[in-house]
Amino acid sequence: MSLASFLKSRLVPAELDDHINRIRKPIGTLGYDPWGYNNEAMKYGLSITKQIYEKYFRVEAHGVEKVPAEGPVLIIANHSGQLPIDGVLVGYALATRKESARIPRAMIERFFPTVPWLGNLLNEVGAVLGDPVNCAKMLANDEAVIVFPEGVRGSGKLYRDRYQLKRFGNGFMHLAMKYKAPIVPVGVVGCEETIPAIANIKPLAKALGIPYAPVALPVVLPAKVHLNFGAPMVFDDLEIPEEQVTERVEKVKAEISRLIDKGLSERKRLF
Amino acid sequence: MTEQRRPHILITGAAGALAQQVINQLRDTCDLVAVDFREQVYLGDDIPSYCIDFNKRVFEDLFRRYRFDGVIHMGRIMSSQLTRMRRYNANVLGTQKLLDLSHKYGIKRVVVLSTFHVYGAVAYNPALIDESAPLKSAGLSADLVDSVELENLANIYLWRYPELNITILRPCNIVGPGVRNTISTLLASSRAPVLAGFSPMMQFIHIDDMADAIVLAYKTPTRGVFNVAPQDWVAYQHALKLCGCRRISVPSIPPVLPKFILSTLKLKSFPSYLLAFFKYPVVIDGRAFAREFGFEPRRSLKEIFRFYRENKRPV
Repeated sequence: MSLASFLKSRLVPAELDDHINRIRKPIGTLGYDPWGYNNEAMKYGLSITKQIYEKYFRVEAHGVEKVPAEGPVLIIANHSGQLPIDGVLVGYALATRKESARIPRAMIERFFPTVPWLGNLLNEVGAVLGDPVNCAKMLANDEAVIVFPEGVRGSGKLYRDRYQLKRFGNGFMHLAMKYKAPIVPVGVVGCEETIPAIANIKPLAKALGIPYAPVALPVVLPAKVHLNFGAPMVFDDLEIPEEQVTERVEKVKAEISRLIDKGLSERKRLF
Repeated sequence: MTEQRRPHILITGAAGALAQQVINQLRDTCDLVAVDFREQVYLGDDIPSYCIDFNKRVFEDLFRRYRFDGVIHMGRIMSSQLTRMRRYNANVLGTQKLLDLSHKYGIKRVVVLSTFHVYGAVAYNPALIDESAPLKSAGLSADLVDSVELENLANIYLWRYPELNITILRPCNIVGPGVRNTISTLLASSRAPVLAGFSPMMQFIHIDDMADAIVLAYKTPTRGVFNVAPQDWVAYQHALKLCGCRRISVPSIPPVLPKFILSTLKLKSFPSYLLAFFKYPVVIDGRAFAREFGFEPRRSLKEIFRFYRENKRPV
């Protein structure tokens, strides 16, 4: 037995292996898709995330069955907690749901592809550079795509601003309308407490070429995470002025805000 | 009743493996004339072959003598060959001369072989780049300027002289037996450099499939610019593994370090101006070509890599 298959037998439970093999993905003969997703890497990714999801953050996900079983769909959530942990947890919830599981793709910050190892690793487990062309082509491929319209404005915010939604970009709404993709809003509660930051050292971030440089403890705290998936929202593809697009975005934002409040009220304690 | 005249086709870059495949496919049905700036190749008694510089006046004599119907221009000097200046003269000025003569002598079909390198490798490239994407390469490396300029020229002629029926093909990495480009040399070697922590997605097309694509393009009179790539993808380091190459990691951060190392070593197989292509993916969308021309590649990635794995030690 080779080292790789030995590691696989120890790390990846047969059940999970089966589960992923059953999910149909548009991949080539060597298991890759154009964005670098790789089925085998995904198996390791999910096995490791399983521990983090169940044991560390003890995630409670409600309503994950509301994500349509097929066709293009945009999963829109609030972004928080310095690292894209929220994306990983939302993705895991959908990839491991009992019925018609889907492996979603996440749009990530433009800075990641320039980071050695991490950039490739994220690509292999389905994360993709957050470019509108990528999102459009994936929706055309009938993928489920996770988007955080707040971007770094959301993930880089400080602890004192927790659970305040920052400005949403309009890009996701245009794509949802063009590709007739329903929008599933998600409220993430708990990730704000994983890496509470008290300040952002902007000159340092600029010098290092990273989006932000938070002043925080060098640990990820085991906050309990609640994910609340809302009902799919469908928007028509009429030609409308940008003002009305913004109104639609605000509707999604309000729904996410409601889902966050729901999560906050469900939460008994921080950890 | 006179026999119908066989089409006369000028084929440039005839010394290359790809051109010879194309010639073999067309020689039964067409009268071919082969030219190459590098060497005079013997292609049999039925095909006149010349070693010629397009910028010399005698080049025009070929047009007068053979009364071509079409041109297949594969004589682009690759960025690994010659100096920047000579490449510019041959690729840009030479192509201009070729297109001018084609116009003057009433050529009805021109196929130009370009490369996916024109898109340029940057971290922010989306995947499945289509033909209307900007050509960023010229801004990234002076060594790729001539490739982009060649395309620009062909594009100008494509719109200015629609009767030339120009089709520009931008293939992904062409690999397979006889191919001497950078990527093929790397796959064929027993040790190949990689940038530590970077394994961009790549696309490979077998030389036989590419020859099919060129012949198909020549025979189908659809003008325009088309990517040529199969619907299959693989990460660079995985490809090397499947080819039986040992990977040698080159430090990748800070970004000036690999650049310095490679420009000092001057490795022919891993030139510093192609560095970005081993760092960031340039994944092109070949579906428009497949649709328009009914093209379907027949050799799989596994078959391509098996060839390289089994031919590590040339006899």
